[in-house]
Amino acid sequence: MSKGNSLMNRFYKSDFFYDFRKSPVTIVSFVVVLALILLAVFADLIAPTDPFDAKSLNLFNGFTPPMEPNAFTGETFTLGTDDQGRDLLSAIIFGLRVSLFVGLTAVILAMVLGVSLGLLAGYRGGWVDSVIMRAADIQVTFPSILIAMLIFGIARGLLPPDLRDELAITVLIIAIGLSEWVPFARTVRGTTMVEKEKEYVKAARLIGLSGRQIMLRHILPNVLSPVLVIATITLALAIIAEATLSFLGVGAPPTEPSLGTLIRIGQDFLFSGEWWILLFPAATLLALALSVNLLGDWLRDTLNPRLK
Amino acid sequence: MTDILLSVRNLRVVFPHRHGDLVPIDDISFNVKKGEIIGFVGESGAGKSMTGAAIMGLIDDPGIIESGEIWLGDVRIDQLDAKRLIKIRGKRIGMIFQDPLTSLNPLKTIGDQLVETILAHLPVNADQAKRRALIGLEEVGIDSGRFNAFPHEFSGGMRQRVVIALALAAEPELIIADEPTTALDVSVQAQVLELLKKLCRERNASVMLITHDMGVIAETTDRVAVLYAGRLAEIGNTASLLSSPRHPYTRGLIASTPSVEHGDISTHLYQIEGSMPRLDALPTGCSFHPRCQDALPRCRLRQPEVINESVACFLYE
Amino acid sequence: MSEHEFIRIDRLSQRFDLSDPWIARLISRRPKQFLNAVDNVSFNIEKGKTYALVGESGSGKSTIALMAVGLLRPTGGSVLIDGHNLYDRTQSQLEHRRTRRRLQMVFQSPYASLNPRWRVGNILAEPLRVFSLTDSQSAERRRVHELLEQVGLSQSDAHRFPHEFSGGQRQRISIARALASRPEFIVCDEPTSALDVSVQAQVLNLLKRLQNDLGLTYLFITHDLAVVRVMAHRIGVLKSGRLIEEESTQSLIESPQSEYTKMLIRSAPRISRGTTGISFT
Repeated sequence: MSKGNSLMNRFYKSDFFYDFRKSPVTIVSFVVVLALILLAVFADLIAPTDPFDAKSLNLFNGFTPPMEPNAFTGETFTLGTDDQGRDLLSAIIFGLRVSLFVGLTAVILAMVLGVSLGLLAGYRGGWVDSVIMRAADIQVTFPSILIAMLIFGIARGLLPPDLRDELAITVLIIAIGLSEWVPFARTVRGTTMVEKEKEYVKAARLIGLSGRQIMLRHILPNVLSPVLVIATITLALAIIAEATLSFLGVGAPPTEPSLGTLIRIGQDFLFSGEWWILLFPAATLLALALSVNLLGDWLRDTLNPRLK
Repeated sequence: MTDILLSVRNLRVVFPHRHGDLVPIDDISFNVKKGEIIGFVGESGAGKSMTGAAIMGLIDDPGIIESGEIWLGDVRIDQLDAKRLIKIRGKRIGMIFQDPLTSLNPLKTIGDQLVETILAHLPVNADQAKRRALIGLEEVGIDSGRFNAFPHEFSGGMRQRVVIALALAAEPELIIADEPTTALDVSVQAQVLELLKKLCRERNASVMLITHDMGVIAETTDRVAVLYAGRLAEIGNTASLLSSPRHPYTRGLIASTPSVEHGDISTHLYQIEGSMPRLDALPTGCSFHPRCQDALPRCRLRQPEVINESVACFLYE
Repeated sequence: MSEHEFIRIDRLSQRFDLSDPWIARLISRRPKQFLNAVDNVSFNIEKGKTYALVGESGSGKSTIALMAVGLLRPTGGSVLIDGHNLYDRTQSQLEHRRTRRRLQMVFQSPYASLNPRWRVGNILAEPLRVFSLTDSQSAERRRVHELLEQVGLSQSDAHRFPHEFSGGQRQRISIARALASRPEFIVCDEPTSALDVSVQAQVLNLLKRLQNDLGLTYLFITHDLAVVRVMAHRIGVLKSGRLIEEESTQSLIESPQSEYTKMLIRSAPRISRGTTGISFT
């Protein structure tokens, strides 16, 4: 394949990249998200301390304001410390990692589930379609947080107590993922129903391809573009959902606090003057969710079929 | 000059694009006389629909009329603001589009739509409007009992008749019909064209009939303009153009059209090699020269202009 | 069955069930409602010849096309390809596959008949892979190039996507895809209705040349009598699902028997009504 038509080359010349370059808001959002992801991935290397190593904690370091040396130990912490003497900067970086990990995996779960069900419902039609769509309709009448809490609660009830903390993250991912599949399924179903009437699908049936082969090889590539937009917006929702659940105390375990957990901790101390314990985790969460949302908005607008 | 209704002079329409501007109409000039039916024929991308859209002020963003003038009688209409344009459109110019299903409001009865149009453009009261609407329906061959029917209750051909009634309701001087019968069955097509012809002749209204079908042109129009890649290739009286076409493209077009009157399985249809160039890949000089069997060296260098108001080709200069 | 009778359509019918769901019918006490889209249609096609089905919208011609090629099971009658019943439930998978390889179809819309996300090379290679017709990557590539050249396109077009081609070129790609498995019978469902006149001439000439070179048998579906005149050996006229007249092309057009056929011929637009036509042969 000639270099001129290579993937990178096509990308640089594309309208997609051009729209991206022209929108300062989008560039900033992208940079923020990228920076936060890198922080989370390289947390071990970047964070100044390990906030969960109980032995390294010094209670006397507790409640140190940001950038001020501690009255007892003289240590300075960029963003201050919490009630146990944990460096907030490190706690936020590791908390970010938990939030992003849960968010991303939950979205991938929701996407795989939703796209598969959408394809199935759209292609097969009939009672398969009815069952899946009614399940979707029923699920959507409940706020997704409640559904996540329900699934989480059931799972916790089923698990033996010693496994609860260990598997808390997994259960959290499953709970959030299962609560967010519907938008994927509905969009993919609609597009599938349109594509399956097209003649290239008839041509595929003509040579004897099975339904599964047609769905995966022919229809799936054509229903994916709205999926990317939905995934980005769902990511923001998943991050907030996780933060909410952790804030309520039913999410991430205390051994692996996420940003939501940190916010809960900070809330307790807000009115006694230690404002930084709440502010910095909250600001980070805000920056993350907002940037992801803005990216999603831009993607949706730019991928819209335009004239000529 | 007094018998010319529409005058288009050096019309040029441009779609600005960051990879290079696209020019779907490049310097087209023609006149439409009062009461005449003139056809605009060309293949997809030739610019015939765009010409109709330009006259009606309906070019999609980001396209603009870059230069040229469009005169309706003694009013210049290409630079009008939206308010004045709305008055012209509908009152002096009626429009008929290809798909009758999307041209009619599915939520209103055809009677209501007719009355609404009449009231918007004519100084009559509601009762008079209703009476006119009923007459209008009769004229297009629809039983007045169906005044309160909805568009989906009609077949394609009947819907198109309703659309014709709507277009004529405000008594326009010019009708622009863009592929009015393409979506209809052949048997219905003939009837609808006959109807359009008859009603316009009765009112002395002019018709711009845009189509890709030479047969429709032959049976319906007085004059015809042949478009290619945004320019006029040939224009003239329909009967003489069809029997002795001058531009090589027109000749090729007519020769490659199969006829129900002659030929058999062994007939090899004449084919013009290649295809109409895309707007972003127009050849230099005459746009048709790469496909032309009679091309001269100078065809590669300059665009031919329309001479004697009939043909744009160096073979005739 | 005569020795030339390659395709036999025997009392073919398709009845669509348009009834309301049974609960609604129970309440409203309405009987079941059916639509006879195709009603007892029979005709034969000789090997190497073209049979045209002419009709207006709603005549059932597209439904017959789908049944003839195995995409829609008939509710009555049968489709026989060289004696083999296409819808025989008792035949083995292998037999069924073998029969399916002999059929192909060219569709009406150049825009919807090619998967927009697939490169042309892969679109053409798919039938080769499904039927295991080539045993190596290079053999597959060679066959794909051969197909492209056969329809007048170039080898480098294999790397491109469908949207990079014009309507006429896309129809050529569709034809190339149809030829990939070396079929004997091709159903052409209004293959040029969406194309401009000059492009139509190219595609029709191509189809005719391929028929001569490869001995193909065509079922040609169209509403355009002028096209039929230069494409078909025999014509069947369909109206509301029934075959009302059937004749060799010359006879049918020059001396039509039924009123409907006469009306169709009369309504066909002519370039040269009253004046002499142009002859460019």
